[in-house]
Amino acid sequence: MRRALRWLMALCVVVATSTAAHAADLRPLVQALGSGGYSGTEKALEQLSETGDTAAVPVIEALQAGDLHVRKSDNAVVIARKSGDAFALSDPLSGQALGQATAADVTRIRINNSLRRAISASLGALTLMSPDAGVRRSAADAVFKSRDANALPTLQKAIDKEQDKAVRAAMEQARAAILLTGEAASKMTDADIQSAVDTLAARGDRDALVLLNMVAGSGASDVTKKSAAAAISTVEQKLAFWAALQNLWYGLSLGSVLLLAAIGLAVTFGVMGVINMAHGEMVMIGAYTTFLVQEFFRAHAPGLFDLSILVALPAAFIVSGGVGIIIERSVIRWLYGRPLETLLATWGLSLALQQAVRSIFGPTNREVGAPSWMSGAFELGGLTITYGRLWIVIFAFAVFAALLVALKRTWFGLSIRAVTQNRPMANAMGIRTARVDALTFGLGSGIAGLAGVALSQIDNVSPNLGQGYIIDSFMVVVFGGVGNLWGTLVGALTLGSINKFLEPYAGAVLGKILVLIFIILFIQRRPRGLFALKGRAVEA
Amino acid sequence: MLLRFFLMGLDRKAGIVLTILAILAVAVPVMTLWVPADSPFHLSVFTVSLLGKYLCFALLALALDLVWGYCGILSLGHAAFFALGGYAMGMYLMRQIGPRGVYGNPVLPDFMVFLNWKELPWYWLGFDQFWFAAIMVLVVPGALAFAFGWFAFRSRVTGVYLSIITQALTFALLLAFFRNDMGFGGNNGLTDFKDILGYDIQADTTRVALFVATVAALALSYMIASGVIASKLGKVLVALRDAESRVRFMGYDTESYKLFAWTLSACMAGVAGALYVPQVGIINPSEFAPASSIEAVIWVAVGGRGTLAGGILGAVLVNMGKSYFTGALPELWLFALGGLFVAVTLFLPKGLLGLWGQLTAKLPRRNKPSALPNAHPADQKGA
Repeated sequence: MRRALRWLMALCVVVATSTAAHAADLRPLVQALGSGGYSGTEKALEQLSETGDTAAVPVIEALQAGDLHVRKSDNAVVIARKSGDAFALSDPLSGQALGQATAADVTRIRINNSLRRAISASLGALTLMSPDAGVRRSAADAVFKSRDANALPTLQKAIDKEQDKAVRAAMEQARAAILLTGEAASKMTDADIQSAVDTLAARGDRDALVLLNMVAGSGASDVTKKSAAAAISTVEQKLAFWAALQNLWYGLSLGSVLLLAAIGLAVTFGVMGVINMAHGEMVMIGAYTTFLVQEFFRAHAPGLFDLSILVALPAAFIVSGGVGIIIERSVIRWLYGRPLETLLATWGLSLALQQAVRSIFGPTNREVGAPSWMSGAFELGGLTITYGRLWIVIFAFAVFAALLVALKRTWFGLSIRAVTQNRPMANAMGIRTARVDALTFGLGSGIAGLAGVALSQIDNVSPNLGQGYIIDSFMVVVFGGVGNLWGTLVGALTLGSINKFLEPYAGAVLGKILVLIFIILFIQRRPRGLFALKGRAVEA
Repeated sequence: MLLRFFLMGLDRKAGIVLTILAILAVAVPVMTLWVPADSPFHLSVFTVSLLGKYLCFALLALALDLVWGYCGILSLGHAAFFALGGYAMGMYLMRQIGPRGVYGNPVLPDFMVFLNWKELPWYWLGFDQFWFAAIMVLVVPGALAFAFGWFAFRSRVTGVYLSIITQALTFALLLAFFRNDMGFGGNNGLTDFKDILGYDIQADTTRVALFVATVAALALSYMIASGVIASKLGKVLVALRDAESRVRFMGYDTESYKLFAWTLSACMAGVAGALYVPQVGIINPSEFAPASSIEAVIWVAVGGRGTLAGGILGAVLVNMGKSYFTGALPELWLFALGGLFVAVTLFLPKGLLGLWGQLTAKLPRRNKPSALPNAHPADQKGA
């Protein structure tokens, strides 16, 4: 897929840079593709790739895709792509549109297996000369994978010409791969072999490992085998290190999702002691708010779509928080001090909310798009990090920090803590406890809404979205210790990491089961969680 | 001795419940099998299976009420014991299929043949015998409950924490039973049963017999539960529900009392599951879903917590409502159920039987102290 994209980019570059002069040189060769059957096509293809002219790339790609046709009226070679019932014609070199034709007007230039091989070899070789470094890089990678000995002369030329360090390294790796596995290996000196093996070891990924294993297992000389074996162990160590790091990243990523889902619960359950089984539905409402905001942007300001998430954040906070306040005022305030009854009532609310969303938006998943700055990925050493996950990790920690500041440093936070610790006394000091209750519950629900915005980016936005997180969230809060935000942080990251480190050995489902069993056993050891409150608060 | 134990629990309420059950046990077979089909008093076999299903749920609710109403343990995982009992029965019924399965393997159930298994896993051995399966229906849920409770109660995990880890337990089992490698049919569960104890499971007489067996199991469980409640042990249970620390300080080994009631309750739930499976014809992992456990809690809450009879009443009423709504107004069922949860907790903290108790208590003659629980403030705080 990425290769195709790069080539598409190359195509744009090619269209922009190819001059009329080039086109004039190539045109007879392109024309020759259409005559002489398989052998004629193959001969013309060979000559095309010998020119080393990247303008030929789109033509050859069209040939590969079966889009290259001969127009019967004037025997011109054209690209014909199906559009509806007819074919849309275009010039293979300039890309200029040449009108429509029916299937009867054109003959496809057919290709066989030997041609297919020649096509990929010549594409690989041609793109090695591309002016675009990215295209050269992916071409080098393609050669590395195919290890086609025919590409060696072109590769050598390309290496001599190459200025870009990273691309040259990729090309040298490709050459090393061809040399070590091809017939040339038996004629090489030990020093050459050693340097080729070193080049591969420097690459240090799974592909290199496969190649090195092939070298070590082949009928090569003892020296080759020895150096390959040494290289294999270095590469394996390196891979293990990066795999551990990748797991840690996945764990952090999962942990931050858990943190986001659980942190609102840490407020309603941890601080207020309300078991809010409708917490997951607050998350779901946040996700649906994101969907609505995005629909609005799609309809009215498609150009500003990248900003929709930023608008969705406060919107989701307000909507979910508002629903939370309504729930608190209408149901929960009658049930303070009866945690198990609250549990049942909020469970009932969660069922009703799910059904309400299902009735309004339908039972199917809703499409929530990612803004451009959240899509894509980058490589960090041996790690692949997607921007979406990175932003969620950052966002989770930002929400956590903001909540911590709100609880510890603001008047509102002070009131919350006062009411939690001693309700009658807080009341006597002039704090409107009922209002603080409502706002605290609204805060917890609003944070759940924020989580919904983030989760809408990585999960399906459906009425059941919240259900998937509610049990995990409770596990995190209980594991971390009720009434302690730091406990929630540590709990989320620990459970996320344990889960991801277990997954490679036990599989996703068994890993999750093991985590649940671990929590059940852990609660036996520390019935009040990792960071238990001490003193009087325990009995309250 | 045993007779005295059973008679001890027999009060007026128990008399009413047992009378109704006895009438059901006699009237339903007569109305199904001997009343002609065109008579208005005829019951279809479908209705009998439906009633049987309700009574299985009622037995589950009874089991739950025993621990929630009388020990203050709100289990959000009782459906796990129900489903384990159901799987034990399902395994027996699977083995009874024998060579009549799609693949015709005389020993292996179809799904194992499908997974290319060569021989029966060790934990399936013995399930071709009814007596073994019947013991397992009690032993498997009981053993799990015993182990779980032994750990949890000794560590003094109480209240909300206990509720949440029971939920974790059933969720873990849900995930486990979804796995094909577990050898319990994975996603599809166990189904396509042929016969039970040699009788065709689809036959009218078998269905009626299963119904009568369910009524008998419910009546027996009710007598056991009310016997336990009326005994000295029951008094300790109620005491530790209301003020566990005080009971412990008085020298009682509260963990053992709780563990006994908890394990007994799990066995009852297992029996309920075992009777449920042949009547509905399937058992699959969705029975383990935390939602079904919580639904069972609402049955008890609707009927009246801590009344035993209330659980039965609530289970039957709520499930009749469910059958009606999911058939006639499927969109509204979750609204109705959700509203029921909220309304019961807000307006009917003692359930329907509590409401009845309040109404009758106002009559001058019945002005005795209410036997219903929830009277103690510590219960509301701690439970």
